[in-house]
Amino acid sequence: MPDNLVHSAKTADTERASHIASAEHPSYLRHHFNSTEQQADTTNFAMWLFLLTEVMFFGGLFTAYLIYRNWYYPAFVAGSHQLSVIWGTTNTAVLILSSFTMAMGVWCAETRRRRGLVLALSLTFILGLCFLGIKTIEYREKIEKHHVPGFHYSLQSFIDPASDPEVFKEYHDKPLALDMARHTELYFSLYFLMTGMHALHMIIGIGILGFMIWRARAGAYTAGHVTFVENFGLYWHFVDIIWIYLFALLYLISRH
Amino acid sequence: MNQVNEHAHHIVGPKVYVAILFALLVGTALTVWASFIDLGPWNPVIALAIATSKAILVVLFFMHVKYSTKLTKLTVISGIFVFLVLISMTLADYMSRAWGNW
Repeated sequence: MPDNLVHSAKTADTERASHIASAEHPSYLRHHFNSTEQQADTTNFAMWLFLLTEVMFFGGLFTAYLIYRNWYYPAFVAGSHQLSVIWGTTNTAVLILSSFTMAMGVWCAETRRRRGLVLALSLTFILGLCFLGIKTIEYREKIEKHHVPGFHYSLQSFIDPASDPEVFKEYHDKPLALDMARHTELYFSLYFLMTGMHALHMIIGIGILGFMIWRARAGAYTAGHVTFVENFGLYWHFVDIIWIYLFALLYLISRH
Repeated sequence: MNQVNEHAHHIVGPKVYVAILFALLVGTALTVWASFIDLGPWNPVIALAIATSKAILVVLFFMHVKYSTKLTKLTVISGIFVFLVLISMTLADYMSRAWGNW
């Protein structure tokens, strides 16, 4: 038999096979995919491409932070001393725990445990809100001390560190010259920009979690189609990774 | 039919997740502890090394990259590689401009 005939016979077989398969394919399989596996791999690939654009976005902020820290090192050290390591550590633990509950949610969806999934998503939701609550406490302290960049920004803590006893007794910072002290405003600009963008991602995530809890209660993700839960999990873990770096860069590396 | 997926969908179980959770919490404790010691220029290096180890654990296990297709693995690796090229070249430029003048 000539090659092209063999080929067309094979193609016909394949078509018949896929036709039979399509007669009983699950309702969530889109018609332009061969199989549910292909559909899952494709959406997974697309989600990662989105996350890589997010890496570049946050990467720009991290790079700006590192450059300015290198240029105005004393100001960035003094600015960093205003942050509470205890709150930062607590929030890191909260977020890691929420990543764990999210991962457990994905497992519940994969193994078709509806109640487990609702519980895992609800815990993730609550831990996400805890994180934002702690962030609010931290932001409020910055607002009270006039450390929010803008017209009301105060250099008091940096040109006269002894006037800020809580921070002074821990770090004993020397007063900064006025021109260097002014660059602490740049530290706080980047602090609010980076933690703010991170918090915005958390708020969006918590919103989607609310929607997912509602859908999960109806059993939407525990009938075999787990793509949405899985890809949301990727997003949530990504936000966790950003925080792991923010915690190290903003809170930890300038303590001496 | 096209062989798009190389293996069946792998389900990561609770045992792995609990182990990773534990490792991440230990990593957090370790990095906070290290920040209290004055190691000069090594403080940022250690903090970033621990943060990167934690991130790798999250990516491999929580985000299932260890069990995913070659396409996903290649996407993640090449994306991070390009990111590192961009950040290191930018930093190399800015940080060497005033070389010897401080």
